[in-house]
Order: sequence, then C-alpha cells, then structure tokens
Amino acid sequence: MISNLIKRKIFTLLKVQYSNMLEYRVEIALWAISGIIPFFMLNIWTNNNLNESINISDVMLSRYFLSAFFVRQFSVVWVVFSFEEDSLMGKVSPYLIQPLNPFFRYFAQHLAEQLTRFPFALIIAFFFFIFNPESIWIPNLGILLLSIVSTFLSFLIQFLIQSIVACLCFWTEKASSIERLLFIPTLFLSGLLAPVVSFPAYVKSWIYLTPFPYLIDFPANLLSGNETNISGGLSMQILWIFLIFPLFKKIWSEGTKKYTAMGS
Amino acid sequence: MNLSKYIKVYKKFLHTSLASELEYKTNILVDLITAILSLIGSIFLLSIFFQNNGYIGGWKYEQALIIQGIYTILNGITNTWFNPNLTEIVKHIREGTLDFVLLKPIDSQFFISLKKINPSGFLEIMLGFFLLFYCIIINQINLNLSLLTLSLITISCSICILYSLWFFISTTTIWFVKTWNAIEVLRSFLYIGRFPLNSFSFSLRVFFSIFIPIAFITTIPSEVFLGLSQLWKIFLEVIVATVFLITSRKFWLFALKFYSSASS
Repeated sequence: MISNLIKRKIFTLLKVQYSNMLEYRVEIALWAISGIIPFFMLNIWTNNNLNESINISDVMLSRYFLSAFFVRQFSVVWVVFSFEEDSLMGKVSPYLIQPLNPFFRYFAQHLAEQLTRFPFALIIAFFFFIFNPESIWIPNLGILLLSIVSTFLSFLIQFLIQSIVACLCFWTEKASSIERLLFIPTLFLSGLLAPVVSFPAYVKSWIYLTPFPYLIDFPANLLSGNETNISGGLSMQILWIFLIFPLFKKIWSEGTKKYTAMGS
Repeated sequence: MNLSKYIKVYKKFLHTSLASELEYKTNILVDLITAILSLIGSIFLLSIFFQNNGYIGGWKYEQALIIQGIYTILNGITNTWFNPNLTEIVKHIREGTLDFVLLKPIDSQFFISLKKINPSGFLEIMLGFFLLFYCIIINQINLNLSLLTLSLITISCSICILYSLWFFISTTTIWFVKTWNAIEVLRSFLYIGRFPLNSFSFSLRVFFSIFIPIAFITTIPSEVFLGLSQLWKIFLEVIVATVFLITSRKFWLFALKFYSSASS
C-alpha cells in the first residue's frame, strides 16, 4: 500500500517534469553543447602527443574523453540554483506542507532533464564518431550496465552534495556562490579535463580518498574500457553516498526549523 | 552625445550597484577563494600538459602562463561587468521591464551594459595582473613604451571582442527569451582561450579564428608580450574588434525593432 503510493508519486512527478522539460528542448540542446570541453581537451592531448607519456593510445584517449562527456552529461546537477530561486521567491513554503520532501521534486526534475538530454548527447556522439571513426567501440552489455550504474551513483553523490549546499539557503541568501566554489575542484580533479592517471604523483597519492575521481574518471574509464578497479570504484561510490546521506538529512531537519518564508 | 552626462550617470551606477553588492560581504570572500582556486586549477592542468613535454604548440610553460594571466584578467572583467549586466538583459526582456529602460533619456545600450557591477571580479583582475607581472619577470621581458602601448591596444581590443560576443548573445534574447544556455555555450568556448591557439588542431584553429574569434582574445596579447607578434596580426585584431563593436551596436538597434513588451 505505502510502497504503491510512493511509486505513484514518483511516477507522477517524473511524468510532470518530463513534459515540463520537453518544453525547453532548445535550452537543453544548448546545454548539451556547452559540455563539449572534454573534446577540446582531447584535441590538445592528441595534437601535442601528450598521451605518449601516460601510455594511453590516441584511440583509448578519445574513447575516454567521449565517455567523460557522456558521464558529465548525465551527472550534471543544478539543484542549488533551483532551490535558491524557489526559496528566495518563497515557493518552498507550499512544498514544505506537502507530504513529500521537496528534494524529490528536484530529483525528478533532474532525471527528466537527463531523459530529454539523451538524444542530443547521442547526436553529439554521432558527430564525434564522424570525425574520429577509428574510435568507435561497442562496450559489452555487462560493462555498459555497470557504467550506467556508476554514472547514476556519481550523479547521486553530486546531487546529495549539492542538496547539502542548497540547504545552506536556510541560513544565507546566496548559497550558489558556495556551489561555484565547490565546482572548481570538481572541474579539475574529477577527470573531466585530464584523466586522473595523468596527474602528478603528489596528487595521485591522496586523490583516490576524495570523492572527485569517482565522479567522472571512474565511470568514464569503465565505459571506455580503460584500466580501472571496478569493484573498488563502485564500493567507494556507495561508501561516499552512505557518508553524505546522513549529513544531508541532518542539515535538512536543522534547516527546515530555521526556515523563514521569504517573499511571502 | 553628452559625455559629461554619461560620466555622471555612470558614477551613480557605480555607487548604487556597489552599495547593493557590498551587502553580501561573505559572498565576495567566497568569490575570491573561487577565483584563486580556479587559477590554481588552471595552472595545475597546464603543468600536467607540460610535465613530460617542453613545448605545447610552440609555447614554453613560462610563456603559456602569460596566456593564463591574460585570461584571468579578461575573465575578471567578464565577471565584473559583462556577466551581471547581460544576464540582467534576459530578465528585462522576460519581465518586460526593458520598457522603462527604453523610455529613459539615455542610450539603452549604455544603460543595460553598464548598470551593474560585481566587485568580486576586481580581485580576479588583480590576480591576473599579479600573474602577468610574475610572468614578465620570469620571462625576462623588458618593459618599454612601445610594448606597453601595443599590449594595451591588443588587450582593449580583446575586451571589445569579448563584450561584443556577450552582447550579441544577450541581444538574441529579444527573439528567444531564454538564452541562459547560449551563454553557457559561449562560456565553454571561451574556455579554450586558456591555451595557446597553436596547441589545437588545424580545423579547430580555423574555427576559433574565423567564426568565434577567441584566438584573438588571449593569444595575440600574449604574443605581444613575448615580442613574437607580427604587426599585421595586431592590425587585424583592431579591425576585428571594430567590426564586432559596430555590428553588435547595429544588431542591438535592429533587434529593438522586434521588441514587443512582455506582460503589459
């Protein structure tokens, strides 16, 4: 009975958000295009033969960056920006009354957006293969499933971290600047711009203890068929989720007590 | 055009927007840390590229740092002036408040391009100048009057091109209403301005000098500092900047003909 209700709620939310997102097809297409930075990086790597020093062939590197592009496409999170706007406009108040944590709403929004984005990402990948036909590959089904799972886990980690930042809206008006701050290490350390194997040793010694390499580098390596520790990576992802989730619950319950309905 | 009137109005703009931005003091601090981290991240990425190679696209590490410095200065300028103002245009058009701007006895482009200012960008500009100064020392560049004038000319041309690009996209809001993501696309393209143009493959180089002249924005001023730039390149940049400025102005006046106020 209860599980049925939750299922219905989630299904309805997804459906509503999907039709909502379909209205913004052009924006989402543009957004997908704005994620092509990994391809520029690939261009620098192969054009200067930088990959020889890290023992990755041109083909494997181009697969890596294409996978990194895909992982990034499906793990983009912007919950803090939505939540900040809603909380400044006082829209959070009606959400709080509903018997559903408002973050489910944002979560469904993200999933729906990913669904809308999927065809555009495929089109970009198609163009990528036209320019780099030698890098076409088909991962086997098991690897594909595992990389989807790990991409989803990466999305979940980023969603949880950003939700924690979003909850800071209860204390300060501009939480998004904190998110912009957190985005910088994510950008440079996650493997979006350079694979983590290429990092100097003094960074590699500690980076695997942070969540960053599991956000893009690990799923991208998995998908592209580069060498990686599958069980280790997945368990680290799950571990981080288990570490962050209680923190989110704590800050949420503290924050809602602090909530003063703004703008209403 | 009455210049003294515009200077007087601009002083008022500065006063009001600084007063409102300084309300969020911690925000400015967070932005400063973001700018510093972002610079560290870019230098880290650059050092990965150079860890086993002496040259990238014919540039040494010390020389490539000049590009980083100039990029940081220009990014600071973008964050101080272009970003806060031109995102405001989107709001003006969506909510129909552009009417009030158009009714004012002052040039509308002047008003919407300079109304706001974000002081945290100043720190980034300073950071860029520090890096540039450091580069001048490690590259043993002799500062003389001709070098200073030429670099001043090229950097101001870069600023004009950058401004025109931003303004161009914001102007399209009159037709498309929501252009946040077009700005994101521009941002991601601008990202390659952090690297020497020669490090990219031929096709990308052509794309980024003809269609979107990002090549001109950072590479030519850096070449000026190194004394590598031919005079025709500087001349070309001046022409491109002029063309861009004039077209953006014409485009704005053209677009205004299509403006039909919203929600009124």
